Formats: sequence, structure tokens, C-alpha cells
Amino acid sequence: MRRLLLAAAFAAAAALPASAQQAAGPNTLLNVSYDISRELYQAINAAFVKQWKAKTGQDLTVNQSHAGSSRQARAILEGLEADVVTFNQVTDVQILHDRGNVVAADWQKRLPNNASPYYSLPAFLVRAGNPKNIRDWDDLVRDDVKLVFPNPKTSGNARYTYLAAYAYAQEKLGSPEKADAFVRKLFANVPVFDTGGRAATTTFVEREVGDVLITFEAETNGIRDQYPGKFQVVVPKVSLLAEFPVSVVDKVVDKRGSRATATAYLDYLYSAEGQDILAKFHNRVHNPEVVSHYKEQFPPVRLVTVEEAFGGWDKINKEHLASGAKLDQLFEKR
Amino acid sequence: MRRRTLPGFSLALGTTVLYLGTIVLLPLAALMLKAADIGPERFVAIITSPRSLAAISVTLTTALWATAFNAVYGLAFAWVLARYDFPGKRILDAVVDIPFALPTAVAGLALTALFAKNGWFGAPLAEWGLQVVYTPLGIAIAMAFTSLPFVVRTVQPVIEDLAHDVEEAARSLGASDLDIARRVIFPAIFPAFLAGCSLAFARSLGEFGAVIFIAGNQPMKTEIVALLTFIRLEEFDYPAAAAISAVMLLAAFALLVATNAIQAWHVRRAGVD
Repeated sequence: MRRLLLAAAFAAAAALPASAQQAAGPNTLLNVSYDISRELYQAINAAFVKQWKAKTGQDLTVNQSHAGSSRQARAILEGLEADVVTFNQVTDVQILHDRGNVVAADWQKRLPNNASPYYSLPAFLVRAGNPKNIRDWDDLVRDDVKLVFPNPKTSGNARYTYLAAYAYAQEKLGSPEKADAFVRKLFANVPVFDTGGRAATTTFVEREVGDVLITFEAETNGIRDQYPGKFQVVVPKVSLLAEFPVSVVDKVVDKRGSRATATAYLDYLYSAEGQDILAKFHNRVHNPEVVSHYKEQFPPVRLVTVEEAFGGWDKINKEHLASGAKLDQLFEKR
Repeated sequence: MRRRTLPGFSLALGTTVLYLGTIVLLPLAALMLKAADIGPERFVAIITSPRSLAAISVTLTTALWATAFNAVYGLAFAWVLARYDFPGKRILDAVVDIPFALPTAVAGLALTALFAKNGWFGAPLAEWGLQVVYTPLGIAIAMAFTSLPFVVRTVQPVIEDLAHDVEEAARSLGASDLDIARRVIFPAIFPAFLAGCSLAFARSLGEFGAVIFIAGNQPMKTEIVALLTFIRLEEFDYPAAAAISAVMLLAAFALLVATNAIQAWHVRRAGVD
């Protein structure tokens, strides 16, 4: 009977003319995001769609697309009609402005915290019992330790790992030469560079390759929960602040008339409800109540910012990430 | 004028040329233009950088291994399918085409799972100290898997068409089995065999999906050309990506031209004989 009622309700909803949707925008939204955020945005979308329906009466569908965030940025520049981007790298949003002017120049100032509703940091996942006794970055360059993280040339996630390791080494060892040697050794300990975060997780979990998986703290916690008793999370004492920038894609929302919906979607990420979901997925957030509620989940860590360690993303791009720059040099001559 | 069985020659030719032009030649021309854009010095610098050279050498070497394996194994496979009747033959015949139909990423994942150190093949091999995944050997295996049907499918119909009476005549004239294989059968199937091998080789050069999971992707060691191109694209370095692809395109083109030349030479020689 209940099923019948439900079916009847669906039929009635489908029969309603489009004029019932008084909200102006189209009833779909495309969120283009990074590789390992599938589950997070599934949860966010379900909650947002419900809230949107209550507020406006419109039935909204939020579509998701996931891949390495540089590749996603390229897809948008080549014409993918994303209403919003939720990336794991500031540079990948910035390039949307620099190369195609599809995002406004002031995108980072339009939303709080540099337009990053949540943040995370590179952390370590080790096998249960921590058999190699991994505590901090220094342990990762030992001869008896094998690491798994994706290819820093194709994965934003791994770029943070590279930058975090470099920032740590720079601060601890002083000279750039010593930091270079440290990172070179780190790369030498990696037997396989998968192209994306998820593939690296599979290599570590299913193929049982390596002693340490380095990825965002949020992902390390997610994997530990998914395979109870097999892994544990190690948060280093120092790491790099990884911001997750979001933006409305101005060119697309203006064309599709979806600016209001897209803006509401991003605002939702900052709301108490949205921040709660983000924290449930082990992302660190800013909302004070949510922060205190999930206090035990997040061990204290000193986070270095990109500005402090490297003088900003522009400099990182030029000195580290560009073709033939430091990352290429260290990566090639491991 | 000779009458043709099917009407509309000019229409058919026009459609074919248009299709070839828009789907195949236009994108390739765009690629060459992009690569030519950067000037000869930069082009040479990109191609001769140690990393590009390493990637090219890894790709060529592993593609050669894969092709050598398929040359021997594919020939035997085609022979068995063409000359013998046994239960399950039709199934086996259909299985040959699976590498064509299977998405290459699936093939790559499956091979990696099998050859990983906790996999069905990987575990016993690891006991002998042989590691397949994340080494050039793994790349060659993935390439061999995806290019297997080329040799089998080009050689098999030719063997099926070989007239038995030629072999019988040779035997009645006193030729040994080895002589028949070497001087009667092999010359007949050689052009098809060569075509199959070169197609398999060309396919191996360009394989991305299957290789990427099993390769390890370490620069200078197990990084293939297709991945390096992909990496340059990720950096928005389109000219470098185009330059590297152009070299591979030229290599594949040269290979196909050479194959055609050898085939033509062979046909001429066989005709004179």
C-alpha cells in the first residue's frame, strides 16, 4: 500500500506542469569536483536538494563529475558546462580565470576563508599496529619504508604531499639543498605513482603495496572506517594547510540562468548543516559549534600555509610546478 | 568504360574522403600544426630531454617485447584455429576478440590484480623473486594482452585459404615438413603476418588505459610516452604534449609505410619466382 502511495505521489509530481516550479533557474546543477570527493558530495547534494525543495518548491538535481582537479579545469576551459567548481587546489580555479575568464577575478573574495568552506592536510595512513612505527615526516625517508601517493604531476592531492614535505624539510633542515635531498629521497621510496588519489588508495589497500599511504586527512579517516581493524591514521606534527576552494562558474551560470541556485549551493557548504556534513566526512571546518562538536576527531596539528612556506601559489607555480621546474627536477632524479 | 557492380562510385569516394578528412586527417593536421608552432629548437629540446627519451625508449622496448610475444604466440594461435577441429573451438575463436571489446582500463585493472604480489599469478611469481607489476615487464604484458587479436585475426583467414593441394604437391615432390613450412606456407602468410605484427606494434605504442594501472609510472623507469603527454596536458603545456605526440605519430606512420614497402617487395618477388 505504501509503495502504491509512493508511486502515486511520483506520478502526480511528474504530471505537474513545469509552471509549478516558480523558481527561475533551471532544475539541474553541475558540480565539477576533484577525484576523491564522490561520497562527500553525494551526501551534501541529498541534503541540499531537500532544503532547496522546502525553500523554493523546485525539484533540483545536482549532478557530479569527479576526476583530478587539473583535468577538470581543462575540461571546463574546453567547454564543460559546470555551474560550480569544488576543487582541491587554488591554482585550478585561478586558471579558469587566467586562461578563459570563465570565473571572475575576485572569486576568492566572494566567499569567506578565501572561498574555502573546509580544509584538510596531507596525513598518513599506516597498516594496523603501525608496524614500521611511522610518527612524522622524518620516518618517511627511512630506507625500510615504502610510500604510496599519486603522481604529483597529475594529482592535486599529491602536489600537496610534495609541498607539505618540502615545507617541512625547508623549515627543519634550513637550506634548500637539504630540502631537495629530503624530497628526492621521499620520491625514491615510492614504488608506484598512480594518476589519481583513488587509484593510489586501491594500490595501497587492495594490492597491499607500501607501508604508508599519504593523502588528505579526510581520505585517510574514510579508508580507516571503511576497512575496520586494518589501518590506522597518523597525523604528523606539522603539515600544510590544504584549502578546498569553491566558486560559481560565472560564464556558465549567466548563460544558463542558474546563478541563484549555484550561489545557494555554495552558501549551503558554509551553513551549520553543511559544515556538519563536511566534518562528518573528516574535513576540518570553521564553524565554531561544529568544530567543538567534532573535537576528538581532529588531533592538533600545526598547519603551515602556502603563503608562509612558499610566498603564494604564483611563486609555487613558477618555481615548483611548471614544466621543468623543481618538482620535475626532483621527480626525475630520484 | 567497365561496368561496376555497385553504382555511385563518385558518391562513395566522396563520402570516404570526407570522412577520412574530418575524422582522421583534420585532428592530425591540427596536432602537427600545434607541434610546429613552437619552433625547431624548442621542439628538439622537448624531445631530447632525458625524460622524453627515457619514455620513448621504455615505450618502444616494451612494445617490441609485446609484439615479439604476439608474433610467436599469435601465429601458433591462428594456426590452431585454422587447421584443427576440437571441442570448444568456436568459443576459443570468440575469446580472441575479448581484448578488442574489453575497455582497456578494465583489462589494466584485472591484469594488475592478477600480477600484484597478493594476486593469483603475482604471489607464486614473487616467490621466485620475479616482480611483474610496476616494472617494464608489466607494461609489456598489458600491451601484449590488448594487441593479441591483431596477429591472430590477420593471419587466420590466410591460413584458412591456403590450398591443401599445394602442400601435398610439395610433399609428393619429396619436401620435408620443415621445407614445406619454410618455403611453401610461410611465404604465403608472410604479408598478412607482417601486417598483423605492425598493427600490434602500433597499437602497443599508443596503449594508455591498460598500461597506466600496471606500469608504476615512475619517471625515467616505467613512464610511457602516452602518460608523459598526459602530464604535459595537465600542466596546460599543450605545445610540449603536441611535440611528444607528433614524434609518436611519425614513428607509427614510418612503421606502416615500411610495412607496406616490405609487403610490396615480397609480392613482387613472389610474382617473379
